[in-house]
Amino acid sequence: MTAAVSIRGVTKRFGTDVTAVDNVTLDIVDGEFFSLLGPSGCGKTTMLRMIAGLEFPTEGSIQIFGEELALRPPNKRPVNTVFQSYALFPHMNVEKNVAFGLEMRKVDKAVIKEQVADAIEAVHLKGMEKRKPSQLSGGQQQRVALARALVNRPKVLLLDEPLGALDLKLRQAMQIELKDIQSEVGITFIYVTHDQEEALTMSNRIGVMNFGNLLQVGTPEEIYERPVNRFVADFIGETNFIDGTVADDGRIRIAGGALVYARGDAPAGADVTLTLRPEKIWIHSRGAADLDPERNQLPGKITRRLYYGESIYYEIELEDGTLVDARHENIPSLQRRDVGDEVTITFHRQAAEALVS
Amino acid sequence: MTMLDERPSEEANPELERKAERAESWRGFFTALPTYLYLVVFFVLPLIIITVISFAERSRTGKPVLGEWTLDWWIKLGDPLVRSVVFRSVWLAFLNTLLSLLLGYPFAYWIATRKSALMRNFLLVLVLIPFWSNFLVRTYAWRTLLDSNGLVTKVGEMTGLWGKMLFTEPAVFLGLLYGYLPFMVLPLYAAIEHLDWNLVEAARDLYADARKAFIKVTLPLSKPGIIAGSILVFIPSLGAYVTPDLLGGSKTTLLGNYIVTQFKSGRNWPFGAALSVTILAIMMVATIIYFRKGGKTL
Repeated sequence: MTAAVSIRGVTKRFGTDVTAVDNVTLDIVDGEFFSLLGPSGCGKTTMLRMIAGLEFPTEGSIQIFGEELALRPPNKRPVNTVFQSYALFPHMNVEKNVAFGLEMRKVDKAVIKEQVADAIEAVHLKGMEKRKPSQLSGGQQQRVALARALVNRPKVLLLDEPLGALDLKLRQAMQIELKDIQSEVGITFIYVTHDQEEALTMSNRIGVMNFGNLLQVGTPEEIYERPVNRFVADFIGETNFIDGTVADDGRIRIAGGALVYARGDAPAGADVTLTLRPEKIWIHSRGAADLDPERNQLPGKITRRLYYGESIYYEIELEDGTLVDARHENIPSLQRRDVGDEVTITFHRQAAEALVS
Repeated sequence: MTMLDERPSEEANPELERKAERAESWRGFFTALPTYLYLVVFFVLPLIIITVISFAERSRTGKPVLGEWTLDWWIKLGDPLVRSVVFRSVWLAFLNTLLSLLLGYPFAYWIATRKSALMRNFLLVLVLIPFWSNFLVRTYAWRTLLDSNGLVTKVGEMTGLWGKMLFTEPAVFLGLLYGYLPFMVLPLYAAIEHLDWNLVEAARDLYADARKAFIKVTLPLSKPGIIAGSILVFIPSLGAYVTPDLLGGSKTTLLGNYIVTQFKSGRNWPFGAALSVTILAIMMVATIIYFRKGGKTL
């Protein structure tokens, strides 16, 4: 595993009081689809811009395939960017836009022509060469931006929320297409997004950021199943938080006194927060005889029901008053519950993660 | 249009729609009417009068004699003296436009790229401050500066670089540059301020160095400002009257003064009219060429 991009202790401060990126260390593997995920203002775009050379780090080192270039201007880096607003040159047609990078590098004219034609064909825009960006739809502009970057065969492609401006259907189609293109060209993609679903479906690995800090790096599954803290658990997907304390036997004593099993390595006596995804909770009628003793059991009462079509959300009030959401697939074999039903919820011993609070 | 479209239906009432459309267009007409009237009375009509006069004979006092027609005044435009006045005027106006652009662009760029809006507005106010006092007064101030005991002349003599400039072509040029530079800076500022800096970043990302990014992206995208500013400087420079009258000598007669001379001491209204139409034609041609070159960005 070669590191395509190696970021060491990178900090970016704007002025004296704004720290956009705070001491981030990260290795991005050659050929992977890596997403930087976080809410707006978390520093992910600043991080991307530092890799692109559009901002320079205040401290730290950025290497691309072993070459130090933290302070190198953007035109001298083997990376290209797909900008959030596409940033297509409005005074140039599609062909000129795509050829721009090659022309700046003084590539032979015949070669430019051939490679530009190939790139335009690769993004299915053949026949649109002479159009100006303003004559293209959002999706088409997106493709031009992609072709304009990829035609330069960068070692790393940077994408700053490239699908943010597209409507849902188009976005989903482009997600698949982007993924296909990435596996075709084999270039490392660094993808900045605030859309957790997009990050989960497209990435090999995700780095979650907040307030300039890199909180967790892992595969989509690791991020979703084993979040390292409350922010990551909350930002990605939906979850329930239940406060508790680690008991002497390693179980977690939650408010109301019940003891449950959870993953995590907090020492006895530590205050923890359990994170428990709604889809991992099963609902049983109170007193049902067939409960699996290996699953945690908590009594409660249905206080709300939300019908989503493909699923149904139940809000359950536990005995101590804690509210927990549970999601049930809308399949006939699962019994429907009504508000007011006395129930027992169960979840697997490995389903809840105990986060040190 | 098929026959089907024209058949009246229950949903659409074509009669009503047409009425609404007609009302709409009348409303538009009435809104624009005062401007139309103003332009016709104070612009189109005088223009017609001037054009007609330029073909009239003149009386001994210089007044046009309508009814007796001649092409003499138009032929007289070919005189070497007249030609030199026209040439000098166009040349000075062109030079002034060019220098205003060269001085104004970096300045406008600098203002437009200040981060704080307060700073930008402050700098813009500085550009506009000269307008707070009368143009005539300001030109007289230049006269003082450029005269034998003026500051500019003293500095020139001290450094040995120039002498007294008053009543020479450079004085007129300085006066024009001073007078019309703000008209270049303001549209340039507007154009540069509206620039999408992402595009410059995109150019840098695509291997353009700072200079190339400027030439390939910033400059073409600020073209609307360049065109507007150039027109706003070129046209009044070409027709300038006060500046050459106060700062220029007898050898630096420009079109504006020459026309005034025809109406006053020259006692030749028809010739003055012909000159006026000529200057207008030059301005129009120059503007059209400029717009054409600007392409569809305007």
